[in-house]
Amino acid sequence: MSLISNLRAAAAVLVLSTAPALAQDKILNVSYDIARELFEALNPVFAADWKAKTGRDVTIDQSHAGSSAQARAVLEGLPADVVTFNQETDIDTLVQGGLVPENWRELFPNGASPYYSLPAFLVRKDNPKGIKDWNDLTREDVKVVFPNPRTSGNGRYTYLAAYAYALDANGGNQEEAQEFITKLFANVPVFDTGGRAATQTFAEREIGDVLITFEAETAGIAAQYADKEFVRVTPSVSLFAAFPVAVVAANAEKNGSTEVSNAYLSWLYTPEAQKILAQNHYRVTDASVAAEFKESLPEVKLVTVNEAFGGWAKIREEHLSEGGILETLFNN
Amino acid sequence: MISAEEQIAASRHLATKSGQGVQRFLIGLAVVLTAVMIVAPLAYIFRRAFADGVGPYWAAITTPDTLHAIWLTVIVTIVVVPVNVAFGIAVAWVVARFRFPGRGLLMTLVEIPFSISPIIAGICYLLLYGRRGILGPFLQEHNITILFALPGIILVTMFVTAPFVAREVLPLMLAKGSEQEEAAVTLGAKGWQVFRYVTLPGIRWALLYGAVLCSARAVGEFGGVSVVSGRTRGQTNTLPLQVEQLFNDLNTGVAAFAAASTLTVIAIIALFAKALLQARAPHN
Repeated sequence: MSLISNLRAAAAVLVLSTAPALAQDKILNVSYDIARELFEALNPVFAADWKAKTGRDVTIDQSHAGSSAQARAVLEGLPADVVTFNQETDIDTLVQGGLVPENWRELFPNGASPYYSLPAFLVRKDNPKGIKDWNDLTREDVKVVFPNPRTSGNGRYTYLAAYAYALDANGGNQEEAQEFITKLFANVPVFDTGGRAATQTFAEREIGDVLITFEAETAGIAAQYADKEFVRVTPSVSLFAAFPVAVVAANAEKNGSTEVSNAYLSWLYTPEAQKILAQNHYRVTDASVAAEFKESLPEVKLVTVNEAFGGWAKIREEHLSEGGILETLFNN
Repeated sequence: MISAEEQIAASRHLATKSGQGVQRFLIGLAVVLTAVMIVAPLAYIFRRAFADGVGPYWAAITTPDTLHAIWLTVIVTIVVVPVNVAFGIAVAWVVARFRFPGRGLLMTLVEIPFSISPIIAGICYLLLYGRRGILGPFLQEHNITILFALPGIILVTMFVTAPFVAREVLPLMLAKGSEQEEAAVTLGAKGWQVFRYVTLPGIRWALLYGAVLCSARAVGEFGGVSVVSGRTRGQTNTLPLQVEQLFNDLNTGVAAFAAASTLTVIAIIALFAKALLQARAPHN
């Protein structure tokens, strides 16, 4: 793009953001921190689709930060029409604030999760340690990197996925599962506070043999550090990580954007959108699109939070509370 | 006890004896630390920003979102600095010229933003103006938007940068005393004439100096603004927030560093302005 056209675009943005929108639909999508490029790819396609169907233009504004911080901001008045988060608990927060109906999981297919992911592995070039599954991670010669499960949602998913794997492998024996987690924690040389820092520890400081993070991110990291030729490894079993969406009913009503907000989230389930999501390495619910991307997103046995742990409320109570299982195992 | 003179003499003796060695060591230490802690990281920002050449750098700076972030940051600074200049003069004037109960308290209060972490300031505004905050229901009823929009960003930035001008002007006003102003009054000058022709010329360098510091801080403010901005790109993302966001994206290439380099350039300009003012100010 030339300088002039850039400046012109910027001027247009400035005018648009200061002038009131006339005869135009407008929604604010409040989202998690690393979804910027994903929605940058999705939004123009939806806008074209909406224009074709209704003849109206739509502007989609984006706000990105940590999912929980965003929930807090919406609760305090950030005028989100829709939220697209990476933690179900963050939408539950909005329910408590009276902004989202309690039955939000039933308002869109697949538990209101148009796409999902799972904790997966990224290993060094040619996988020298031959890491294939969770049980390789407790070997004495393997060093594992993932963020602190006590401070990071990403790390929490890794902890729960490993726990779910151990339960699955041991026929539901809690004691053996906890032993497995203790061994896993012992193999982690450094617990970073967040996913980004853990990525840097693995990729730039070259610590550890395997990085565990959302599968959707392993591909992005591999691409960013292409010269290091990291290899993506999908374990045999992992945890279904929902990426839940909801219309913030109270705000949408006030902004008169209920129709377009619902259309926007419904559109995420169309093959057109699902393909873009799969290209960004998220798992999708559309069977034909999933089949098309089978190679980059291989088959895996997924267990849900409900199946393995009996729901988030129980996880909070048994695992994440003060003196809970996570704290006990983590301090060992 | 050793007297002060003896101490000085002793240190002089030490200085001449092992003087050159120590001096060289200290200079070397200062140079190395400055290079490692300040120059190297800054140089690295520019290296990464220009890693792919000038073209991609320029393209990164001129994306609509980054341009808007620059623009928003400039607007916030343009609003905040004059307000804080007026506030600083007012506070300094009141404290320097009058004796009243609570004067000491006022001086302390003005300094509070320095000792409070900006993120606390942001949270305070959230608790005050938020939807569930004390003023929340009232604001909603009257459709007044403060948080997650320009007013909130400006308010928090104002809070964080409030002490800069007062802090520079006050010591000067205290040191100068009020004789000249009193003389002007006896000669028949009106209030604003006293201010315009007597007070202002006396404090103008300190005032400019405070304004420069205030601007630099307003441009770079992150913690407080991050709480109340809402981070809507192209709308409420200031330049520091934009830098963080670009940095947190994967595969951003030069974008984050390009935006960061803009902030750095602004800071360096402010630094030169400050140095220039310090050199020109008569009392220095």
